[in-house]
Amino acid sequence: MPGRFVKDVWVTVLVTAVLIWIMPLLIGTYTLTVLVIYGMLGLSLGLIWGFGGILCFGQTAFFGLGAYTYAIAAINIGESTLPMILAILVPAVFAALLGAMMFYGRLTDVYLGVITLVVTLILFKFMNSTAGPQYVIGKARMGGFNGIPGFPTLNVPGDPDTYIWGDPYFYVCAVLLALVFLLVSALLRSSFGRVAVGIRENETRASLMGYDVRARKTVLFAIGAAIAGLAGALFANWAEIVTPSLFSLGQSAEIIIWCIVGGLGTRLGPIVGAAGLAYLKFLLGQQAVVDNTLITGLILVLFVLFLPKGIVPALVGLWKASFGRRPLGRIHQARRMRGGERANG
Amino acid sequence: MVEVVLETVALTMRFGGVVAADNVNFKLRARELRCLIGPNGAGKSTFFKCVAGLQTPTEGQVFMRGTETTGWMPHQIASMGVGIKTQTPNVMDELSVFENIWLAARRFHPVAEANRKAQEMVERLALGPIARSTLGRLAHGERQRVELGLVAVGDPWLVLLDEPAAGMSAEDVERMTGIIHELNRTAAIVIVEHDMQFIRSIAKTVTVFHQGAVLMEDHVDRVMSDATVRNVYLGKKA
Ligand SMILES: Nc1ncnc2c1ncn2[C@@H]1O[C@H](COP(=O)(O)OP(=O)(O)OP(=O)(O)O)[C@@H](O)[C@H]1O
Ligand SMILES: [Mg+2]
Repeated sequence: MPGRFVKDVWVTVLVTAVLIWIMPLLIGTYTLTVLVIYGMLGLSLGLIWGFGGILCFGQTAFFGLGAYTYAIAAINIGESTLPMILAILVPAVFAALLGAMMFYGRLTDVYLGVITLVVTLILFKFMNSTAGPQYVIGKARMGGFNGIPGFPTLNVPGDPDTYIWGDPYFYVCAVLLALVFLLVSALLRSSFGRVAVGIRENETRASLMGYDVRARKTVLFAIGAAIAGLAGALFANWAEIVTPSLFSLGQSAEIIIWCIVGGLGTRLGPIVGAAGLAYLKFLLGQQAVVDNTLITGLILVLFVLFLPKGIVPALVGLWKASFGRRPLGRIHQARRMRGGERANG
Repeated sequence: MVEVVLETVALTMRFGGVVAADNVNFKLRARELRCLIGPNGAGKSTFFKCVAGLQTPTEGQVFMRGTETTGWMPHQIASMGVGIKTQTPNVMDELSVFENIWLAARRFHPVAEANRKAQEMVERLALGPIARSTLGRLAHGERQRVELGLVAVGDPWLVLLDEPAAGMSAEDVERMTGIIHELNRTAAIVIVEHDMQFIRSIAKTVTVFHQGAVLMEDHVDRVMSDATVRNVYLGKKA
């Protein structure tokens, strides 16, 4: 196992370096930054859904909480380091409490979906209703549907006067995504990660083996929320404003679609799906001929029908079928891969 | 007297009007091997699930090694060192044979030890050539064998097996019998079975369930020749 992780590190560093070098030649860093942030958000759901079997309809709630926590804390504290940490911790603690309630309450998957959806809706409604002057946290006014603008953005840790913005901010986000990706890889290779996949596969068997499914799901859920919270804080810094639309159901649905299109049960899939679809949305936003949501919907339908496992597993399958060893013959090999992908990717 | 490792007192389980387990008083001693038989719907699996923590009995109590475990969750019971195989296969189909067994071993051992134990079990079960195969694509008998392996790899002192021989080939059954005997050197075992040939080959004491209650509990030979038992069970089958 450690050997394989070392390989993970090298490949990730190499690929990240190449992408950081090439991508800005093709797409502006301002757009790239948000694609990277969405990639991280996709990865957060990809982790808990694809590997933990927890379908959360409200992943954007943790994204929004991270963003709001950052904005409010940054206004009160006046620099960015502690607010960044809080933006990870607050959603994680919130998710731990929510998760404990759901998993220890032995809710079925359907109710889990409903509850996460409702919590997101409540947060959306609440944030929209905070226009009045009584809604202040320290020096920060919540601002209702106008949101919170004008908070201090990311600065060099320990040096509040040196802001990180523009191209450097893109590099920071890209490196953070690579780090989170490596953390997720390490987690999935650890015993905790392997047990989590086991729980996804068969909860009853996992508990008959002696694993406390409720506790483990709660922890994984909180880890996913922490990643979403970090993405939210990065988003707040990029947009320089946080608004209730961060908690919108549309945003929630999009994250799910990213994961399906990119490939559930892989680490890379949700990142690729998120960045790809977000970029497509950006391109479509620049024209007025076809409607954006229509195209997203169409893509989802096409994928569900023709490429249900998503882009990344399909590409990996293609690669292995063309270049892989095939002692068992081509067809058998292809069949083996299809089954193996979920666990390996 | 040898220690009682499993005891139920007046265990009763009702589903609406159906009394699936009716006032069952059951005692199992350390390293005993007990078979449970009875016609379909007799309540064997219900009794079994109440002991394993998969269902909470309506009334009555369960004790394991003197500790009351009534209403415990399955993972708490399993953590005590109880190995459980349910009637319907409960395995992780998308994972490899090795991973299934490794996960069971990891619960009780650190990583290196779990690796070694899982490898040993794979070899013990002659699963070597398919150790890296995805479990879901194996034949039924092989999956049963893997499930027995992941139950055994935790070194349990109490093993509960619900219809382990169902759908197995003669060769598989023979191998399984060997493993059960091996387990039995350190563990008490409860086996629910329909396969009479298998029971004759393995059992000493047999408990007969009928309509949720214990009808008879005796040596296998006396049970098999008992008129009432033949009536409710064997008579129907033969
Ligand atoms: N969850 C449930 N809800 C309602 N009734 C149930 C439930 N589980 C079992 N029963 C009923 O309880 C009775 C006993 O069932 P059980 O599965 O324990 O029998 P069994 O002896 O294991 O039978 P088999 O040999 O077919 O496995 C049956 O009448 C069954 O219909
Ligand atoms: Mg049964």
